[in-house]
Parts: sequence; C-alpha cells; structure tokens
Amino acid sequence: MNASLRKRLVAIATWIATFLLMMIICLPGLWVVLTGFRPNREVLSKPAIWIPEQFNLNNFAKIFGFGAEQVAIPVPAYFTNSLVIALTSTAIALIIGMSGGYAFARFRFPFKNSIFLGLMLSRTVPGIALSLPVFMIWSRLGLIDTKMGMIIVYTALNIPFTIWLIDGFFRQVPKEMSEAAQVDGCTRWQAFWRVEFPLAKSGIASAGIFAFLTSWNEYALASQLTRSTDSKTLPVGLMDFTAQFTIDWAGMSAMAVIIIIPALILTFLVQKHLIAGLTFGGVKG
Amino acid sequence: MARTPRSSYKTRLALTPYLLLAPAFLVLIFVIALPLVFSLYTSFTGYRLVRPDSLWNWVGLRNYERIFTDWDFWVAFGRTILFLAIALNLEFIFGLGIALLINRITWGQRTLRTIMMFPMMFSPILVGYQFKFIFNDNIGVLNNALQSLGISDAATPWLVDRNLAMFSIIFAEVWMSTSVFAILLLAGLFAMPRDPIEAAKVDGCSPLQVFRHITLPFLMPFAFIAMTIRSLDVARAYDIVDVMTGGGPAGRTELLWTLIARVGYDNSRMGQANAMAYVSIILSVAFTYYFFTKLVAARRYMGGAA
Repeated sequence: MNASLRKRLVAIATWIATFLLMMIICLPGLWVVLTGFRPNREVLSKPAIWIPEQFNLNNFAKIFGFGAEQVAIPVPAYFTNSLVIALTSTAIALIIGMSGGYAFARFRFPFKNSIFLGLMLSRTVPGIALSLPVFMIWSRLGLIDTKMGMIIVYTALNIPFTIWLIDGFFRQVPKEMSEAAQVDGCTRWQAFWRVEFPLAKSGIASAGIFAFLTSWNEYALASQLTRSTDSKTLPVGLMDFTAQFTIDWAGMSAMAVIIIIPALILTFLVQKHLIAGLTFGGVKG
Repeated sequence: MARTPRSSYKTRLALTPYLLLAPAFLVLIFVIALPLVFSLYTSFTGYRLVRPDSLWNWVGLRNYERIFTDWDFWVAFGRTILFLAIALNLEFIFGLGIALLINRITWGQRTLRTIMMFPMMFSPILVGYQFKFIFNDNIGVLNNALQSLGISDAATPWLVDRNLAMFSIIFAEVWMSTSVFAILLLAGLFAMPRDPIEAAKVDGCSPLQVFRHITLPFLMPFAFIAMTIRSLDVARAYDIVDVMTGGGPAGRTELLWTLIARVGYDNSRMGQANAMAYVSIILSVAFTYYFFTKLVAARRYMGGAA
C-alpha cells in the first residue's frame, strides 16, 4: 500500500468517524425539535410515520395559550419566571464575581489557595442535598415559592464558578497595563474601569452567559423550592407534563424547544471564551 | 492618630482582597454554609416535615445508625459510585477520542467544536426528557427505528428493564458530559508544543509511543480540569434520573440523590434525609478534592510548561 493511498484512507475514515459523532450529538436534540412541530397524533402513530405529514406551530400556540387547543400548563408564566430569575441572579453573581475574581487575579494574600478551594468546594454540594436545609430555612423566612428565594439561591450557586472564570480573564490582562495607568495618574479604581475591565469585558460576558445558563437549566433545587406560577421555572414546568395521565409528547417537545433555544444561541456566543477561561484559570493556577 | 499614613495605607492594601471577596462570602455563608450547619443539626434530630415540633427532638446518632444498617441506602450508594465510575471513565475515553479526531480535521474544525459544546449547555432535565422520549418502549424513535428496519419486532423496554434502564441513564449522562472532556482535551492538544513530538519522531518513536509518552502526559492536567469541573456537578445526574425513570423500576435506578429526595420530601423524614445528604456531600467534596489535588500535582509536574 503506497503512502498517498494510505493517507487518503485515513482521511476518509476520519470523515466517517466525525460524521457519525456529529449524528450522535445532533440527532437526539433534532428529533425533539422536530417533534415540537408535529401533531401528537402523528407522534403516537403505529407504525411510525417517518416523513412528517404536518409541520406547523400549533404546539407552540397551544402551550402559550393561543389557538383552539390549549394545555392546562401556564407556560408563559414559567417562561417569565425563568427569565426574571436567571437574569437577576446572573447580574448579581457577575458583580460579586468580578470583585472576587479581581481579588484572586491581582492580589497575593494569606490562605489564597485554601480560600479558592473552599469556594469551589461550596459548589460541589449536590443540589438536592442543599435543597433540604434551604427548604426548611426558606419556609421559615417565607421565601418558598418566591422569585426572590430562587434568585438568592442561584446567585450563590453561580458565584464560585463566576469567580473562577473571571479570575482567569483578569489574569490574561497584563498587570503592567494597570500599573502603567496608575503611574500616569489614574487611581487603582480608574485603572480598573478604563484599562482592565474593557480588556476582560468579553470574557466577563461569557462568564455571565454561563451563569445565566446554569440558572436557566437548574432543576434539583427549583423542583423543591417552587410551588406555583409565582416562581416555577421552565425545567420544573416541563415535569408538569409527566404528571398528567397521558404524556403530551408534542406539547412537551415544544416546551423543550423553548428551553433549548437560548442555550443554543448563548453557547454559540460564548464558546471561544469559555474554553479559554476554563483552561487558563485551571492550568496556570 | 497614632498610625502613620504609610502604615494605614499598607493595612488598607492588605485588607483590599478580603473586602473584595466579602460579598461573595456573605452570600455563600447565607445560602450554603449556614444551611449546611442547620442540615447537620437536623441530621441528629427526628425532624419530620409534617410535625414541626419534632425539630427539637434530639436523637443523637440514630439517623446515621439507621442509614448504616439500611440495605436500600447501601445499594443506592454502591450504584451511585458504580454509575460515576462508569460514566466518568467513558466520558474520558470518548472525550479523548473525540479530541484526537477533531484535532486531525483542518476544515470546519471551529464549527465542529461549537456543535460539540451544545450537549454541555443543555439542561439536564432536557437531556433526560430527550432520552425518555427516544427510549420510550411504545413510541420512542429507537424502537420505532428498530421495528421499521426489521431488526427487532418486540418493543424493547429500555426504561423498564433493570439493566437497560441503567444503561439508558448512563447513555444520557455520557451524551451530556463527554463534551466537557473533549473540549478541554482539545484545548490541551492546541496548546501542545510541536518540538518534543518532532524530536521523538526523529528518534524513531512509533506514533503509539509518542502518544503514550508525550501527548498523554501533557494532556493529563487538562483531563484533571475536566474531572474537577465535572465533579462540581456530578449530582446533576439527579435531574436525568428523576425525569427518565424517577428511580424506578422498583428502585432499580435509585441513586443516592433520588433516594434523598424520596426520604426527605415524599416520606417527609427530614432528619434521616439530611443524614443521607451529608454522606452525599462528603462524597462530592472528597471527589472534587481528589481531582483538584491531582490537578495541582500535574500542574507542578509540567512546571508551568503550558
């Protein structure tokens, strides 16, 4: 076997393997998305209908309460709750995370590594284990089934990782730049806002997106701390469908699509910085 | 003022990092540390949600004693460890394979990398739902495909059979999290210096030897970052199990986390559930700590080469 033939075979094998891999990654999600646009009758039919005969937005109209058919699940309220809770907790976590991340990136102080490890360990507490005491305390404070209660929990959940990422991004900004600004007469605060923050901005934005998605996707805590349309989020709302006697697969898939879309868009925006932030923060220590 | 301005400036400078970290600490103490202390206290009481006064009913170590003699708990515990061991090893192996594969591709690499990140960003509850739908024995696309292709006529009960249900859950978990490994290992491959590989090739190393002795050691810190990140949220598997099987059939896919939820909320035995939760917390912390020290060691070994 000559070298060029062998090279070509390897290239073909690589492409086939990549193709199969992408199929495995993409098909499950695509199937759910496709189902979201098909009527239940078709989804449930036996033998299976492979080529959709009907393809429309009826399921979306249905779960949002328009059109002839409606579901008893208040998806618009869940959507608003999810959005409010995720956005607010992200904003707070970002402010706190920037302050903490800056401390780790720019200062030397005693117990720095232990404090960092402590922060990370606080994130390892399994959601369901944390939900037990938080449930008991929140019910005494009257925070059960309120957006405020969820915002506080998600802020805490997001802080450690936000600090990790932002620490990495600040460290990529050379220290000398802020020192030079200070020599030129800036205060440290001005040097931060005029030099370091603009340079780390896109990284911080991706830390924010990551925090948003964590809140947007969280289920274990939300499933116990929320009760009604006052605070139930989309992932918890999705489970409403399974509580019914027969599962409305098409409606559930339509709701899944609504949860997926922000994840897809934001992932697309964040991907480059996220990889950089994780590896940089991790490897260079 | 006894202090000279200089020394007060110095103390201020020394205090700055702590001041900057103070808000983070406040929130974490309020939402995580205090509840955990409360949870520890509760684990020594016979607290039941339906009887609030039982919060003051101190029972000492009885909850822990009960756990350690509880067969269901140990089965769930063992299953959780097994689940993590299988899932993490598969994720590492697949992740490494995918990273090496994508690294070979020159055209469209960026797109492939983006697509690879999608499962990671999916809500675990969605991943669970997605596979609940796909593995459904009656209308699931997998059985439909098998039947349409004439491979199998029977409706394979993917989520009802004890072994198949566990397999389905591991499949969902691996699908969701392999990309964490793939992406970080790929970042490692990009950061890798070319010279040692070229030198080894000149010296007559086979590709396998190059991989074994140069590529793999270089990638290990990246693998440990992935492990550390993964161990931060291994308990997300709760969401997947809860939506796919709810711990069933007959408790055969019950993991530590679903057991905690069942004991605490469904049976309202909060004291007992908190004792179990503590075991799960210690498990998670030990896990993260282990990988973090591995990461630090690997980093030191590389001597800041990356």
